[in-house]
Amino acid sequence: MSDGIDNAAATDTLDVRVWRGDERGGDWHAYRVPAAANQTVLDVVTWIQRHREPNLAYRFACRVGVCGSCAMSVNGEPRWTCRTHVQDAARDGVLRIGPLRNLPLVRDLACDMAPFFDRWQEAGGRFVPSSDRHADIAAISPESPARRIADAAIQCINCAVCYAACDVVQWKPDYLGPAALNRAWSLVNDERDAGNKDRLRAVAGDAGCHNCHSQHNCTRYCPNQLDPGASIAGLKRTTMKAALKGQL
Amino acid sequence: MPIRLYMLQRLSALVMAPLVLVHLAVIIIAVRSGLDAETLLGRTRGSLVWGLVYGTFVVAVSIHAAIGLRTVLDEWAHIRGKALDAAMWAIGLGLLGLGSRAVYAVTVG
Ligand code: SF4
Ligand code: SF4
Ligand code: FES
Repeated sequence: MSDGIDNAAATDTLDVRVWRGDERGGDWHAYRVPAAANQTVLDVVTWIQRHREPNLAYRFACRVGVCGSCAMSVNGEPRWTCRTHVQDAARDGVLRIGPLRNLPLVRDLACDMAPFFDRWQEAGGRFVPSSDRHADIAAISPESPARRIADAAIQCINCAVCYAACDVVQWKPDYLGPAALNRAWSLVNDERDAGNKDRLRAVAGDAGCHNCHSQHNCTRYCPNQLDPGASIAGLKRTTMKAALKGQL
Repeated sequence: MPIRLYMLQRLSALVMAPLVLVHLAVIIIAVRSGLDAETLLGRTRGSLVWGLVYGTFVVAVSIHAAIGLRTVLDEWAHIRGKALDAAMWAIGLGLLGLGSRAVYAVTVG
């Protein structure tokens, strides 16, 4: 597999700093990496791993923006590295690549995603079927208002970019966070789902949607152009209505 | 923040907003018309309306500030669980105590 760099006409080099270390501490290491046209940040990390640091820890799978495993902090901002071009991310000619914040570190650029997926479960992010496999397939019009809302929130690739972008997650680590709440909002509007009673209770608790400061850093950074901030606003409205009706 | 606190904070803000305007208007009118403390107290003492206006204001402020500071303590001081709620109650009751004393002094004497 070509890494897109070695065989390119590399006339120039990039100034790259990569954070290396683990939970006990670490440091920034500097590398010169051959520049190439249309190079992504993930290409740069891969080049360093293949040519300089065989034991550099980082994560990726699809390289085309589908799997959500390659997110890192690039010059201080959370990004999906396989779809982030070096020329858009470099600042003053320097690329600083570190692990995502708000997650425990495994090593180097690889974070432990477990807390992120735990929040997903805690927010009721699991589909609860309202019928079984013997029932007819539910006829849901793609045009129905609820389905449109559910669809708008559904294309999440679990990259944790929004989770790393959210200051409230940093300040209050048990906060369910934008991705899990966005998922909950998608299911709240899924007409086939039967789990809303528990779900609304979960997102209305002390760690729930009412912690959100509505400054939409999550929305700004979501690489899939989802709007977790708007989903959370929807949850606030829906839980408030449910509370007023005495259903929470 | 649990939803009940969230709703109480919005509700107290709703109550406070017009009362803040009343309070500001009182200050401006009192200062501009050159009323001294004695005359002012003469008007507020024994007045049920002023007692209600400032009494409601104090209750709303105590609730609103206690919930707001609970969030600040949660996010910035990382106080959690029972200690966090105890701090909220202490702030709320403290403000209510101080405010009620002031309302009592202005409306009863
Ligand atoms: S809008 Fe809410 S969830 Fe999104 S970054 Fe801000 S606080 Fe976090
Ligand atoms: S909402 Fe967007 S940023 Fe957050 S995990 Fe899903 S795809 Fe990533
Ligand atoms: S490697 Fe799959 S999204 Fe980047």
